[in-house]
Amino acid sequence: MVHGENPTGFAHQFETLEQQHDAGRLGMWIFLATEILFFGGMFMSYTVYRSLHPQAFLLGSHILEVKFGAINTAVLICSSFTMAMSIRSAQTGKKKGTIIGWLILTMLLGATFLFLKFRFEWYHDYLEHTMPGFGFFYRPEWGTHAPQVQMFMCFYFFMTGLHALHMIVGIGVLLVLTWMASRGRFTSQYFAPLEISGLYWHFVDIVWIFLFPLLYLIRY
Amino acid sequence: MSTTATVENFPNSSAEPQENYLNARYGVRSWLLTLDHKRIGLLYLGTITLMFVVGGIAATMMRLNLLEPQGTLVEPETYNKLFSTHGIVMVFFFLVPSIPATLGNFLIPLMIGARDVAFPRLNLLSWYIFVTGCLLMLYVVFTGGIDTGWTFYPPYSSSYAHTDVFLAAMAIFIAGFSSILTGMNFVVTIHKMRAPGMTWFRLPLFIWSMYATALIFVLGTPVIAVTLLLLGVEKLLHVGIFDPALGGDPVLFQHMFWFYSHPAVYIMILPSMGVISELITAFSRKRIFGYSFVAFSSLAIAVISFLVWGHHMFVSGQSVYAGLIFSVLSFLVAIPSAVKVFNWTATLYKGSISYEAPMLYALGFIGLFTIGGLTGLFLASLSTDVHLNGTYFVVAHFHYVMVGGAVMAYMGGLHYWWPKITGRLYPDLWARFAALIIFVGFNLTFFPQFVLGYLGMPRRYAMYPAEFQSLNVLSSAGASVLAVGYVIPLIYLIWSMKYGPVVGPNPFGTKGLEWTTQSPPPTENFLRTPIVTEEAYNYETAPEPEVVRV
Repeated sequence: MVHGENPTGFAHQFETLEQQHDAGRLGMWIFLATEILFFGGMFMSYTVYRSLHPQAFLLGSHILEVKFGAINTAVLICSSFTMAMSIRSAQTGKKKGTIIGWLILTMLLGATFLFLKFRFEWYHDYLEHTMPGFGFFYRPEWGTHAPQVQMFMCFYFFMTGLHALHMIVGIGVLLVLTWMASRGRFTSQYFAPLEISGLYWHFVDIVWIFLFPLLYLIRY
Repeated sequence: MSTTATVENFPNSSAEPQENYLNARYGVRSWLLTLDHKRIGLLYLGTITLMFVVGGIAATMMRLNLLEPQGTLVEPETYNKLFSTHGIVMVFFFLVPSIPATLGNFLIPLMIGARDVAFPRLNLLSWYIFVTGCLLMLYVVFTGGIDTGWTFYPPYSSSYAHTDVFLAAMAIFIAGFSSILTGMNFVVTIHKMRAPGMTWFRLPLFIWSMYATALIFVLGTPVIAVTLLLLGVEKLLHVGIFDPALGGDPVLFQHMFWFYSHPAVYIMILPSMGVISELITAFSRKRIFGYSFVAFSSLAIAVISFLVWGHHMFVSGQSVYAGLIFSVLSFLVAIPSAVKVFNWTATLYKGSISYEAPMLYALGFIGLFTIGGLTGLFLASLSTDVHLNGTYFVVAHFHYVMVGGAVMAYMGGLHYWWPKITGRLYPDLWARFAALIIFVGFNLTFFPQFVLGYLGMPRRYAMYPAEFQSLNVLSSAGASVLAVGYVIPLIYLIWSMKYGPVVGPNPFGTKGLEWTTQSPPPTENFLRTPIVTEEAYNYETAPEPEVVRV
């Protein structure tokens, strides 16, 4: 048992299970601090360029479809709820089927978000030549702002792309959790992996809550 | 100075080695899949030593080329690649991981009385990520190189780049994740894994400085990651983000680059300060002067380090008022740094000082770091910076901090803990000799560069006016002495792993939990979880040194 884990998920380097939970939680919070700085760098560049080229960013915002952004916002908020419910059902000692159900629902909502994003937004942008690097077309109505409109779209794809990447990672984590739940690993005493992954999932949702107005709603 | 005795006199130096982390398991697999923080520290040690050699070769070729005003060795384009390779490899692949990833990994659990770091798997993963970054960087170096300078400023890195900037940026991006994971692991370990009785103010000062470093790892590295990613996107898709020709803002790149890269300087120096605090107390056999001041000055440096990045950009077109504020904030860093230097000096006062090899490095550090730090004040002053910016004065300044500071402390720390790591002592006479050679070679190399810079010789040029030749020859001669100084320890340290005299748990008779367990430590570090009942550096209760001089 030198470097292994025993079936209850207790690792050898800790003295108590509680210490292990605390460490995991703190680790995730620190990771989220890292993520805030990571996205923060992007938000900062966005802010600088928006203040330099406000008109172009306004024009760029018109390219985006608020409808899909709004639907996706609702989808993500629902997924945060289902994620929270999966933790809650472990805490209150519900059957493993309940936990798995909430987890699968969360994954489905995440997948819906990605499907809408890629199929109806990104693919549409590709066809309309509003995807930088893939035949971006300067529309005449943009006039001299065209290069900065392209910059706006570049930020749009960069920010939503990284956000989507985080979603995909999150769905991967949820798959692992579902597998763990199916083996009956979670009890009302031991649910730290659910809780810690939940922190991550909520964080990714919150990033979207900032992205949605900054990208879609600035034209109002 | 203690009396001399032979190794055989020690009860601990039995012929049959005890089971420890080195001999518990054998084979390549047992190393590549290890979760033991001590073995992972050694994996890092091997990796960064290789990277140091690569960066060192580039430096040697630069100094050879600068022997003559017209350049003796390489074309100017190749020279650009040499200094870029030297900078990138030394900063991102040697100095940033140097003390944290090797000594930090090895010592943090031992010093706080834990069995391992909080997340051993993450620890191993971070080494693999680091190696991936290293391999990618080496691939770039050996297939065309990179010529942007280590700072990747656009438009050198965008419109005017002739080399594979994208891959080099990705190499650093990847290596950055290793820093983030290591930082996370250290913060959690220090918070949650301390032994009973090990309160915050009983922690060794090395731990405080590693904690401050880990905070910078966690909060700074993601910003350089996103900056390099944006640079990569710009290169790949050819859309303007930082390149002025495409409508981007190159100054924004500089802001974002230095937001990480200035704190990165403190990633290099803070761990060194931690090592020096240990060495000074160990070889003065005395309590540190002003424990809490030294501890909090580490945190103060970490915090202020995030507020001074603009001093790299006084002549880059940022506003005068921004420059003014950054200048004032930069001066503030001098305060916690000076607190440390004064407290180390005060610790020496009336101490029982012995000049072991690690102590020679520590004393060298104090002198060289002081010069490096004080010349930093010249560069933080707006008006003098206009004259000195982009000259060899800057080069000399940061080498005094990074080589005279960080590398000296790394070498000192490596020697001090070598008996703990390997269970054997290095040849003492050779070690002192090498420390001296490094000190002399270092000053010979870099002091002339202060003068060159003051006289106006710009950095990053393959050629120079003839009147600068004598100082350049002096500097190149010093570099060769320095190179010899680095090769000697490489040889005798490797030699000592097999032939060095075997030592007991505490060869220097110093304080700290790491010295209470056997050398090398068992896989689980301590046979029984230690209980801490006293402050660090309480030398009144320290054991006598086991004298192990050869």
